[in-house]
Amino acid sequence: MSDTATIGKDILTMANVTLNFGGLSAVSDVDMKLQVGELVGLIGPNGAGKTSIFNLLTGVYPPTSGKVEFTRDHKVRNLGGMKPHAICWAGVGRTFQNIRLFRALPVIDNVMIALQHNVPYSLANAFLHTFGYGRAEKQIREESLELLRIMGLEEDANELAQNLPYGKQRRLEIARAMATHPVLLLLDEPAAGMNPAETADLTELIGWLRKEYDLTILLIEHDMSLVMDVCERIYVLDHGVIIASGTPAEIQHNPAVIEAYLGEEVADA
Amino acid sequence: MLRQLRPVLINGVSLVATFAIVYVLMRLGIIDSFYQDTIALVCINIVLAVSLNLIVGFTGQFSLGHAGFMALGAYTTALVTLHFPTVWGMLGGIVLGALIAAAIGFLIGLPTLRLRGDYLAIATLGMAEIIRVLMQNFTFTGGASGLFPNRYLNWTWMFILTAGSVVLIANYIRSRAGRESIAVRENEIAAESIGVNTTKAKTLAFVVGAFFGGVAGGMYGSYFYWIVPKTFSFMMSFNILVIVVLGGLGSISGSVIAAILLGVVNVLLADPNLVPIRMILYSLILIILMVFRPQGLMGDKELSIRLFRSILPKRRRPPDEGLEPSNEGWLETPEVAA
Repeated sequence: MSDTATIGKDILTMANVTLNFGGLSAVSDVDMKLQVGELVGLIGPNGAGKTSIFNLLTGVYPPTSGKVEFTRDHKVRNLGGMKPHAICWAGVGRTFQNIRLFRALPVIDNVMIALQHNVPYSLANAFLHTFGYGRAEKQIREESLELLRIMGLEEDANELAQNLPYGKQRRLEIARAMATHPVLLLLDEPAAGMNPAETADLTELIGWLRKEYDLTILLIEHDMSLVMDVCERIYVLDHGVIIASGTPAEIQHNPAVIEAYLGEEVADA
Repeated sequence: MLRQLRPVLINGVSLVATFAIVYVLMRLGIIDSFYQDTIALVCINIVLAVSLNLIVGFTGQFSLGHAGFMALGAYTTALVTLHFPTVWGMLGGIVLGALIAAAIGFLIGLPTLRLRGDYLAIATLGMAEIIRVLMQNFTFTGGASGLFPNRYLNWTWMFILTAGSVVLIANYIRSRAGRESIAVRENEIAAESIGVNTTKAKTLAFVVGAFFGGVAGGMYGSYFYWIVPKTFSFMMSFNILVIVVLGGLGSISGSVIAAILLGVVNVLLADPNLVPIRMILYSLILIILMVFRPQGLMGDKELSIRLFRSILPKRRRPPDEGLEPSNEGWLETPEVAA
């Protein structure tokens, strides 16, 4: 939980972070800072290394060099050497570009698996199904239903995740990430494959979640209307390098960004 | 409250009824010693299949080493009952055997569970073969001629051990640890991203599966008068896997049903006229079942009253609602304006 004392402080610092796959450099020398409570966008052409940065932040790949620091309650952790599940427990939640739900399970189970922070019973209780187990399970189910209600999925609670339409699957991924009680939420193309009305709904929802749960959000997105609408600051990545950063208005008029997206003007043709 | 307790009551009543019916039939001599042996094998296969299903079906880790854990349980129980020839010796032996199996499962699981799919299968297969060869070469295990323990396992203890194992494993699966196992099976990267320690979840499921594999071995070692290393060859591991796949990966009741079904098939094929072609018929039955139910008898569903309701949705409708049955149901008659 962040309070007024921590607003304006850094929550995430990436300094000189590089990620190499053999001879290929996916991310090179990236510096990035997120402050508590910010909503920051990360954009760039396909293959620029945006998802690689998410994978660095969540421990899927350790950085080749550089420092990734995450601060929560005045405690600084180096995410560089941590396992993905430990990073989740530290307070970083994420969604995936290519949706990774537990497809064969009901929607509610997807959220219940993620709700582990308030499971008070021990393994012995689990084997014997004591009353303590029953109470805890009931609570987990109720909290999962509450999250589904917030994400507009409560009517689909018993549907299999793979049977949901695309937009709802993306919402379920956010619900599942929220169930881990993150303070920093990483959203990888949350609006991909959504129609304009769904995107508008989602934009509103992301803003609401951020206020309600005091979240800091880092967002990868190709839908420029969403990015320009909600993000306070934007980083632009191209070929693994940060080529620009600033407010949406600054980014829109930055020549380097326009060049990365539209290509260089051929002057002497 | 009563609504929540109802499934517990139904399960309890059906368990007690099963126990009582078999008990009475045994006392009346209708179930003779041949059928008693079959029932014992079915019970042991149930515990083996349900515990392997936890590893293969629920956690998605392809293990072919269950015969090894069974051997550890069987030999430990046999050795303990040879020194303490009482029922309590048997129970102590089964617990000790299961703990040894769990400990070996932990030691084997920690390095091998990093492997995936076929590689894990080969590693666990190797582990089971090492255990079998060790049993064959140690003198205290009787070498190739094996051990000759007495029988202490009566129907009451057999039933308690079988039902107890199944209930404990089912409870495990419906807890946080079980949900983590299923998450690992469904998508490991996603599981890690929501805080599941996948290495721990896999190892824990493997250890619990090994523990109950040891229990099943202990039941074997205290029922059949003779245990030899060759019983616990890789064919045993395959037979257990056949039951799991036949019943359905990820269905406990499926494993139970498949174990009973194979027991019945074995009894039917015990007819002296069929002996020459017995294995052919057995294999044919398996092939036919897999062709028509590739997902196993139960798929990943559990046997429950709710399942029956979903199969027969309209016939159970109370008589007071809807007077024209032809307008509803699976016949899909077009709606007629009233």
